[in-house]
Amino acid sequence: MPERGEGTIVERPLRLDYDYTAGLAQSRFLKGIAQKKILGERCPKCGKVYVGSRGSCPTDGVATDGGEVDLPHKGTLTTFCVVNVPFAGQSVECPYASGYILLDGADIPLMGLIQEIPHDQVRMGLRVEAVWEDEVGPTLQSIKYWKPTGEPDADYETYKMHL
Amino acid sequence: MSDVLRAPHAIEYTYTRSVGPVIDRFFAGLGEHRFQGIKGSDGKVIVPPTEYDPYTGETLTEFVDVGDVGVVTSWAWVTDPQPGQPLDRPFAWALIKLDGADTSMLHAVDAGDESKMSTGMRVKARWTEDNVPDMSSIACFEAEAG
Amino acid sequence: MVLRATGKAGSPFAAVLGRRPVRTISASGAAAYLGEAMRDVAIVATAQSPALRKEERRNEVEILMPVIHELRENAKLDQDDIGFTVSGSCDYLQGQPFAFVTALDAIGPWPPIDESHVEMDGAWALYEAWVRLQHGDIDTALVYSFGKSSPGDIRRILTLQLDPYYLVPMWPDPVALAALQARALLESDGVSEKDMAEVVARSRKHAKDNPNAQLKGDVDVDQLLNEPMYLSPLRKHDCPPITDGAAAVILAAGDKAREITDRPAWIRGIDHRIEPHSLGVRDLTDSPSTRKAGEVAGVGSGKVDVAELYAPFSHQEIILRRALGLGDGVNVNPSGGALAANAVMVAGLLRVIEAAQRIMDGSADRAVAHATSGPALQQNLVAVLEGE
Repeated sequence: MPERGEGTIVERPLRLDYDYTAGLAQSRFLKGIAQKKILGERCPKCGKVYVGSRGSCPTDGVATDGGEVDLPHKGTLTTFCVVNVPFAGQSVECPYASGYILLDGADIPLMGLIQEIPHDQVRMGLRVEAVWEDEVGPTLQSIKYWKPTGEPDADYETYKMHL
Repeated sequence: MSDVLRAPHAIEYTYTRSVGPVIDRFFAGLGEHRFQGIKGSDGKVIVPPTEYDPYTGETLTEFVDVGDVGVVTSWAWVTDPQPGQPLDRPFAWALIKLDGADTSMLHAVDAGDESKMSTGMRVKARWTEDNVPDMSSIACFEAEAG
Repeated sequence: MVLRATGKAGSPFAAVLGRRPVRTISASGAAAYLGEAMRDVAIVATAQSPALRKEERRNEVEILMPVIHELRENAKLDQDDIGFTVSGSCDYLQGQPFAFVTALDAIGPWPPIDESHVEMDGAWALYEAWVRLQHGDIDTALVYSFGKSSPGDIRRILTLQLDPYYLVPMWPDPVALAALQARALLESDGVSEKDMAEVVARSRKHAKDNPNAQLKGDVDVDQLLNEPMYLSPLRKHDCPPITDGAAAVILAAGDKAREITDRPAWIRGIDHRIEPHSLGVRDLTDSPSTRKAGEVAGVGSGKVDVAELYAPFSHQEIILRRALGLGDGVNVNPSGGALAANAVMVAGLLRVIEAAQRIMDGSADRAVAHATSGPALQQNLVAVLEGE
C-alpha cells in the first residue's frame, strides 16, 4: 500500500465507459470536417456565426438555425500560449504553441496548434491557415495544425471583441 | 454516416485517498484478518467503524474487537456479476451483523445457489492470503461450516 | 403568512448534530435568518421533454432548449424577467466535468444572470429557488433539470455516490442496495411481492394517461409475478427504466404568481431531510427522513388529493406511503411515477411538476410531492402544494 507523509493512503481506481452521442449540431460540424469543410452556424437572433456549435447560441439560448456558413480555412490568431511543461496524454513535443484561431467570418474561435513558425515568434494577430491531414475524418484531429499565411498581421481592432 | 455521430468515451483515473485514523485502524485489522468496530454514543458497536456517531455527530474513539462470523440480516441474489464485484459467479449481496456488532456491514456471500441463502443464516469471512490492510483482504463471506 | 415550514427556530444553517434525520439548510432556518414571515411562493409554469430510453440524436442542450422555450412561453416571461435561475444535474451522467455549465447554453444567460447549480435532483434546485425567493428582492425563479442516463452505465455511475473506502471497491450498485431493502421489507411485516407487483401495475396503468411516460399499459399482477427474478427479490419491473429527459418550472412569489396564471400551485410547506450514509446503521424498512420532512411540510394537516412520490423501486412506494401517512383515498402517482420514466436527476423535480400540474388544472386542491436522492431512500424532500 502506498504511504504518503504520516497518513495512510489507499488507491481507489475508477473507470467509467460512455457511448457518447455528439448531438445534431456537433454531428453536422464534424461531418463537414470529414469533407474538409469548416461549417459555422448562424444565430437567428444576434447573427453571430458559431463554429463547432453545440446547437444553441450561448448568449441567446436559441437554436443556431439561422443558416449554415461554409467558412474559409483562414483566420487570425487571437491569443495563444507556449506549452513548456509536459503532461500525461500529450501528443506534441514541448515547447509548442497552441492558440485560438478566429476564422474569417466566424464569431467564436477554434483551438489549434500553431506550427511552421518558431514558437517565440508566435504573436496575437498572426494570420494563419489550416494544414489538413492527408486522411480526414469526422474529428478535429483532421486539422493537423495552423501555419502562417504570410499576410500582414491583423489589426487588433478587428479581433479585440473575440478575446 | 448516420444522422448523428457517436464514439466511445472513457474516463479513468485513480484516486489516492487519505484514510484517517479510524479507517486506518480498521484496515490494519483486516490485514491481520480481524474485524474491529467502534462504540457509538449509545454504546452500540458500529461495524465498519465511523469517525463520528451517525446520529449525534460525537467523535468516536473506542474500538472493540468483533468476530469474523455473523448473521445475515438481509440479502439479494446477483445472477449477473459486474466487473469489480467480489465474485465473478452468482452470489448474494448481504447485510451481515458480525458477532459483537450492533450494525450490519455490506459484503458478498459465496453461496453457490440462491436456495442456500436465508435471512438469519450464519456466515464467516473468507480472507485472502495477501494480508493487505484494505477491503481487499476480505474475499467474501461463506456459510459457517457445520 | 407564515408557512408551515417554519417549525422550530434555529440556526439558518443547522448543524448536523441533532437527532436524526438532519438537514443542512432548513426552511425554519431561513425564516429565523430573515426574522420575518415567509413569502408565498407558487409554481406557475412547467414543461418537460418526453421520457425516452435513449435520446440518440440530441445532446443535453438540444434536449433542454425546447423545454426552456416552452416553459417561458407558458409563463409569458423572457429570461430577462427571471430573477434567479438554478439547475440540478450530475456531470457524471455526461462524463464531462462542469457539464452543467455548458447546459446554460440552452438558457441564454447573457447579460450575466443570477445563477446557481446543485449536483442533485432538480427538486433540490427547486428548494434552493424557494429559499432564494424568500430573500424578497426578486419575484421569479426558473428551475431546470436534465439528464441522459443512457450514455454511461447508470448503475456504475450511481455506485460512486457510496462510501469510497468501504463500499465502492466492491461496486455494489443501487439496484442491489434497493434489493436488500426490498427483502428487509418483505420479511418484516405483511408486505408481499404481490403488493409490489400491484404498485407496478397501477403505475403502468396510470402512465397510459401521461403522454411523456416511457413504460405504460395494462399489465396483469399475476403475470408480473410469473416474471423471473432480476436481482432477487426484485424483478425487472420492480426497477425503474433507464431514461433520458429534461424538465423545468417557474416559481413566482405573491401577486406575481397570480399575474402569471389564474391558479398557481402554492408551496405551503417544503422540507428535506437526510439519514446516515452507513447503510447498515439504518432501518431500511422505514423512511424516518421522509416522515420528518412530511411533518414539517404539513402533509397531515389536511386532506391529500394527489401524491407524486419518487419511488424508483416498487417497494419504496409502500415505505413512502407509510412514512407520509397516505391512506387509500390518495391518488398516488397519477403520472405513472418513476416506474414509468426515471430520468435520473429529473425524476424528483418531475414529481413536483406532476403534482403542481394537477393543482393548476383544478383536478386537485391539495397535493404532496416527494423526491429522493441516494441509495435506498437516503435523502428525502417533501412539498405540500395547494390551490387557492
